Amino acid sequence: MTEKIARPRPESFFSDRFNVTPGLMDRLLGSNLVGRVDDADIYLEYRVNEELVLEENVVKKASRHVSQGAGVRAQSGTRTGYAHTDDLAVKNLEEAARQARAIADRAGQSGVVAVAGRGRPHDLYTLAEAPIVTELTRKLDLMRKIDAACRAADARVTQVIVALTSEEVVMLIATASGWTVGDVRPLTRLNVTAIAEDGGKREIGSFGGGGRVPFDFYLEAERWKRFAAEAARQATLKLTAVDAPAGAMTVVLGPGWPGILLHEAIGHGLEGDFNRKGVSAFAGRVGQKVASELVTVVDDGTMVNRRGSLNVDDEGTPTGRNVLIENGVLVGYMQDRLNARLMGAAPTGNGRRESYAHPPLPRMTNTFMLAGQDDPGDIVKSVKHGLYAVNFGGGQVDITSGKFVFSASEAYLIEDGQVTKPVKGATLIGNGPDALTRVSRVGHDLALDEGVGTCGKDGQSVPVGVGLPTIRIDEMTVGGTAVGR
Amino acid sequence: MSEVDPSLLVDVLKRAGARGATAADGFLIEEQSFSASVRLGQVDTVTHSREQRLALRVFSGRASAAASTSDLSRDSLERVVDEATALARVTAEDPHAGLPDDSELIDHVPDLQLEDHEGPEPTPEQKIELARRAEAAALAADPRITNSEGAEYFDRRARYAYATSHGFARGYSTSAFGLTVAPVAAKDGEMQRDAWYSYARRRRTLEDPESIGRTAAARALRRLGARKVKTTEVPVIFDPDMAASLLRSIAGAASGPSLYRRASFLLERLGTRVAAPTVTIVDDGLLPGALGSRPFDGEGLATRRTVLVGEGKLESYLLDTYSGRKLGLTSTHHASRDGAGVSVGTTNLMLLAGTTPPAELIGSVKSGLYVTELIGFGVNGVTGDYSRGAAGLWIEDGRLTFPVEEVTVAGNLLEMFDRIEGIGNDLVLRDRVSAPTLKIARMVVAGD
Repeated sequence: MTEKIARPRPESFFSDRFNVTPGLMDRLLGSNLVGRVDDADIYLEYRVNEELVLEENVVKKASRHVSQGAGVRAQSGTRTGYAHTDDLAVKNLEEAARQARAIADRAGQSGVVAVAGRGRPHDLYTLAEAPIVTELTRKLDLMRKIDAACRAADARVTQVIVALTSEEVVMLIATASGWTVGDVRPLTRLNVTAIAEDGGKREIGSFGGGGRVPFDFYLEAERWKRFAAEAARQATLKLTAVDAPAGAMTVVLGPGWPGILLHEAIGHGLEGDFNRKGVSAFAGRVGQKVASELVTVVDDGTMVNRRGSLNVDDEGTPTGRNVLIENGVLVGYMQDRLNARLMGAAPTGNGRRESYAHPPLPRMTNTFMLAGQDDPGDIVKSVKHGLYAVNFGGGQVDITSGKFVFSASEAYLIEDGQVTKPVKGATLIGNGPDALTRVSRVGHDLALDEGVGTCGKDGQSVPVGVGLPTIRIDEMTVGGTAVGR
Repeated sequence: MSEVDPSLLVDVLKRAGARGATAADGFLIEEQSFSASVRLGQVDTVTHSREQRLALRVFSGRASAAASTSDLSRDSLERVVDEATALARVTAEDPHAGLPDDSELIDHVPDLQLEDHEGPEPTPEQKIELARRAEAAALAADPRITNSEGAEYFDRRARYAYATSHGFARGYSTSAFGLTVAPVAAKDGEMQRDAWYSYARRRRTLEDPESIGRTAAARALRRLGARKVKTTEVPVIFDPDMAASLLRSIAGAASGPSLYRRASFLLERLGTRVAAPTVTIVDDGLLPGALGSRPFDGEGLATRRTVLVGEGKLESYLLDTYSGRKLGLTSTHHASRDGAGVSVGTTNLMLLAGTTPPAELIGSVKSGLYVTELIGFGVNGVTGDYSRGAAGLWIEDGRLTFPVEEVTVAGNLLEMFDRIEGIGNDLVLRDRVSAPTLKIARMVVAGD
């Protein structure tokens, strides 16, 4: 029933379907943009998204969305003109190019020509079968099995919601410096949410995963069973949770998804735009110590099949493995082409956009801390009184003041070196430039998250990954309601 | 912009019928927007866009599916219809699925003055100048305003049309304008950023750029020198924008899908007291010229004024047709249409003003926190448990004293609404969700 996108080459995809040939793109860039701007590009995108939601063992939502469009960008100095259209007719593209250029015409050139994002694209997610083309009946069968497994896991589970999204994006970018590159990007995510009830109390738990992987990823090693059991376990665990403590204390973070700490505490603060503008708490601090010497943090867009990975970024620059903090010292920022040019740095493959309707910004890919030496059990044992947090919801940061939060969804008290009672969800708050200076132990158990992260910035959402080994932070404020414990 | 032509939608719905759909409805959106940002007096980014999207929902008996596309070419539309009807055939029957009864659909679309017709259209340069003036006013306000994330102007014109396979077809048009500025204040190596904004349906009613700039500067400046406080339980006052964020959480818990999933702290609370008796929360989609107003909802049902909480009692949920039927109730005309189908959304949601000036609310606190910013996602919609990062000003002996940051405020939303002991007289509809200053008798503030 669905129209298959049979591993298209992006160049021929847009010329066959929309008559937008590389020649036309060159002409638009050439006649309209070149010679009057510092940088310019045309980005074409075709996206198919399928969303399936099963509730009460009934398909509540089955939807399919197609979007397509072009974004034309011209830059001169710090100025960007951006125009986008969802109608790929030649006259619309010409109009968009004219609108984008109008900005550049108002100013002289900066004299600095953009570094082209050249380099060989990676091949990180060529799949035998993209998740978007997998038969609906197979997907729905699995979702029903997950519903049953989640209910079977615990009698207190009263509601199960299973959501499966599959997407494929075909993109092609041509820059004024003559570089044209495309990519075909599969993406899928499976989420299980359980509501548990007991004696008038109700709680919610959720778990999921995915990546730039085929549908069969969920069947490997019965991953789907683990997702179902985890959602049930998280919901029922919270039924017995006590109030979270309030105040400053030692915090131990478990491996994997708690890496959201890095994303909020330092990741956003190291994005090129905020630093070029001098509005980040980390501006001008390259070469300075911003974390304990145990801490090395990397942003790596080149990991095979990962949710945050890309063969090339949304400006055509191949992604990289970029060290952000090395043994506690700040070594580099994440850059798109604009901010790299203005800061005299090289693009790092971090120029990303939500869609053709948005200009690129410096963004993270997969951000994680390298493993240390310590045994995770010993790290917990080293704490007299504190919080052990292993799962989180979302987080947010004020990049100027450096204050960041992230909300624990599964956490326990540590009493005399032992993990004891589960506590209710609580927000943890800290200050980016000094939170990581208090990291006193780093475990040998680095794990990446399961593949569910989405990052928002300036109203643009992009898929990302995070990772962390078990770490001990000597002091952090925990926002619970239990005072004086 | 003139009214959108619904004939395209009507053709699509006919095709769905020919493909075996027993019923269908569709929403068509056409939008044109412009935005310009200025930073340190220089133009930063100028964006032009033109977008359209057709969202289709089809029923095959009591089974349904949705599809949408931004490609309105004949081929693409045919493909979308075929895909949606095929999807509907493989999904299961749901006894509550279906369109609203024809008799409930709006018959006369009122003019809610949602579109600005005043001309002439300013040039891009004139629009950029508004952003430049707002930022310049912020930068000039004080020598400690040393930097800026910039100022942004935007305008957007949209046309909406809704049609059903039963022959209903109506539309309306809107416009929106906005101006925001985000200056950075610095002193002794510390930086603080804050922002201020104005949104309006008419260009003429946008707040004056200089006034927006000065307010933004004052907000950033008052944060300089912020520090943590000791962990304590004290009265907490939420400024109007932060109080509005509490309403969003209430609306989420009162929405049909949260309720039928039993994932709401307002479950089985209809008719019971959920807030202090001084609290009345209303969703009014009929206010002329207001940002959240609309003549009909995403299923063609006439917009209303709904009392959500009346004098502390939960009087209504927020329902679309499906969640209404599912809960044994009827739609409250709150269907909203996004790309992914039908969901529930509010229009102009507000907590009605009290009689106390905000200064008097602050004056009533011996020792407490005045919250001006909240960050993070620490709200549990199932239990109402609440824990978010906060910044603001410390209140001592009834006066705002030093700025506070890196603390959290925590409690439970039901307890917080029950403990509202002061409501400001300062309700202003600045956005789609609005509230006056609110004083909550006590919450836990966690810091050192």
